[in-house]
Amino acid sequence: MTMRKLGLAAALLASTALGLAAPAHAEGTVKVGVLQSLSGTMAISEVPLEDAELLAIDQLNAKGGVLGKKIVPVVEDGASDPAIFAQKATKLLQQDKVVTVFGGWTSASRKAMLPVFQRLHGLLWYPVQFEGNECSPNIMYSGAQPNQQALPALEWAEKQGYKKIFLVGSDYVYPRTANLILKKHIKHDGLTLSGEEYVPLGGTDFSSIIAEIQRTKPDIIINTLNGDSNVSFFKQMAAAGMTPDKMPVMSFSIAEPEAKAMGPSLLAGSYTSWNYFQSLPGKMNADFVAAYKAKYGKDSVVDDPMVHGYEDVMIWAKAAEKAGSFDPKKVRNAAIALGFVDSPLGEVKFDPNQSMVQKAYIGELQPDGQFKIIWSSPKPIKPQPYDPLTFPGKTCGAHSNF
Amino acid sequence: MHETAFLIGQIFNGFSVASLFIMAALGLALSFGLMRVINMAHGEMLMLGGYLAYLTLLVVPGPLGILVAMPVAFIGAALLGAVLELTVIHRLSARPLDTLLATWGVSLILQQAARNLFGAIGVQVVAPSWLNHTISFSTGILSGLTLPDTRLFILAVAALILGGVALLINKTRLGLYVRAVNQDRPIAAALGVNARLIDLCVFALGTGVAGLAGVILALLGPVTPTVGQSYIVPAFLVVILGGLGSLVGTTIASIMVGLFTALIEIYVDVSVAQVLLLAFVILFIQIRPQGVIAVRSRALEG
Repeated sequence: MTMRKLGLAAALLASTALGLAAPAHAEGTVKVGVLQSLSGTMAISEVPLEDAELLAIDQLNAKGGVLGKKIVPVVEDGASDPAIFAQKATKLLQQDKVVTVFGGWTSASRKAMLPVFQRLHGLLWYPVQFEGNECSPNIMYSGAQPNQQALPALEWAEKQGYKKIFLVGSDYVYPRTANLILKKHIKHDGLTLSGEEYVPLGGTDFSSIIAEIQRTKPDIIINTLNGDSNVSFFKQMAAAGMTPDKMPVMSFSIAEPEAKAMGPSLLAGSYTSWNYFQSLPGKMNADFVAAYKAKYGKDSVVDDPMVHGYEDVMIWAKAAEKAGSFDPKKVRNAAIALGFVDSPLGEVKFDPNQSMVQKAYIGELQPDGQFKIIWSSPKPIKPQPYDPLTFPGKTCGAHSNF
Repeated sequence: MHETAFLIGQIFNGFSVASLFIMAALGLALSFGLMRVINMAHGEMLMLGGYLAYLTLLVVPGPLGILVAMPVAFIGAALLGAVLELTVIHRLSARPLDTLLATWGVSLILQQAARNLFGAIGVQVVAPSWLNHTISFSTGILSGLTLPDTRLFILAVAALILGGVALLINKTRLGLYVRAVNQDRPIAAALGVNARLIDLCVFALGTGVAGLAGVILALLGPVTPTVGQSYIVPAFLVVILGGLGSLVGTTIASIMVGLFTALIEIYVDVSVAQVLLLAFVILFIQIRPQGVIAVRSRALEG
């Protein structure tokens, strides 16, 4: 028995050693890092994002890889902890010697990784919408800047004739900054701010906020609540007789998976603003959704950050081919020089400021959990990391350094 | 909306929040009062109630599902509580700190079990349509005031539970034993009260009430594996503020906390209100360490 156990252990050890040794010594491979939270609170959102990034790598490998080399993903767990993100990013760049890293979700995780990538001259592809106000030569920001999600939503609301706006959000950096920008534009456009309220992350009681909404009677609520608080908010709004068809709500953190989990019946009729919806037309998107469902189950849904993560890998591959090199700086410059490429999101490209030029869409949630696209920006929007009204004089041009 | 109507609305909201706190904290006050056990898994009993409501609604859809779910959740959570008492808490009864750690472990196990069984992102429990109405005032001084039926229903349920538990403790034979054990465990035992059995009953009653509360909380909040965590802190807060183990104290403390937050939120936002609430509780405990109602008990002195 003991001998058998020992033998088994030895065999296991040997196979692990082989598995580790093979890619390190193989000639025809190139390593990239995939760094998302596979455990902790953010895992709900980041595991599907990791899946989408790995799907892109699989698809590229099936077509022969990049520059004739097979891509080997080195997957690390950021564990929903910014300090671990920084530590794992260092490990990926220094120890695994990956040529680039795809990852991050929360702004805190990105802010923690930023100095690592600057110090070690790496390149990070960040796929999530965020509050802007940051511009690093070592990060490719494919998620929406405020002028590609929040401001188009406000513009749409104005066109609908909504004049009184109520802001409600979770109490952390993204809602505070997004609302700071929105308030400048509400004032500038001559609209009225009915109220601005924050609850702590995970907050469950909205009775006072709902009383304030009833008192001020806004035309539309712009909602930057995160996670479970949304369920409490929409349930208590419904209990107070304000369902989304009676009091319009525009949310920035509810995409297809969240709608599925919270119950489409509760949220049906509410609006949201993204650069991608699963229901977008086009062959590229149909192929992407089909490939994702084929790999991860027919009930799975895809959303904006996932498709950004997928497209980051695809654009990285195209840029490396164009540059003829995996050197991060050359790849970055080539990614910007690529110009518009077709993607599941439609035509997108990277601007010299390293953020993505992309369209904004407004979707209305249907009872089946999918969004009906009711508005789209006429053409792709140029990203503005610094809103000129809120942060006058601050700009972000093309980087030459690294 | 008239300012008076707004103020009355906020007072109503204060009582509504208080009713949620009472239900979340009642079971905790019961088991703490009698056994001096700090049950860190209490929040997970609320969570269990939410999931039992979800399962009941799958079997009994329609308007009466939620009424069926309440006894189901009560019995389910009481049974789990009894198992927990027999296997963990009873064996550690002489070591309060170890009970704290052990029940915290149970809490983590239950959260992970819910995650594995139902998924990390929670399930859908929707209030029945007969609760989807509001009582609105459109004329006079109360013009603009709306009272949601859901919140009125929750207030009524909280009052019923509180009344039921009070009757049980003050008017029944079992209640007499509970009070006897609470006042002096060795003497009660010497007079033939089976203190062991009383512990078990009270703990199961406490977790059962928490399960029932979980159904009610699901009408206004999410049902996720971690939902218990968002109620456990306010629950401990009102138990401590009320005077450890006193039902009357817990009730008064819930109303104090509910009204305090609702009224202060007229002037500040929810985040700041939380800060002020904690400051208020710290100050109150400084001035009156025994809480609102001091419980006279010889249970621990021996």
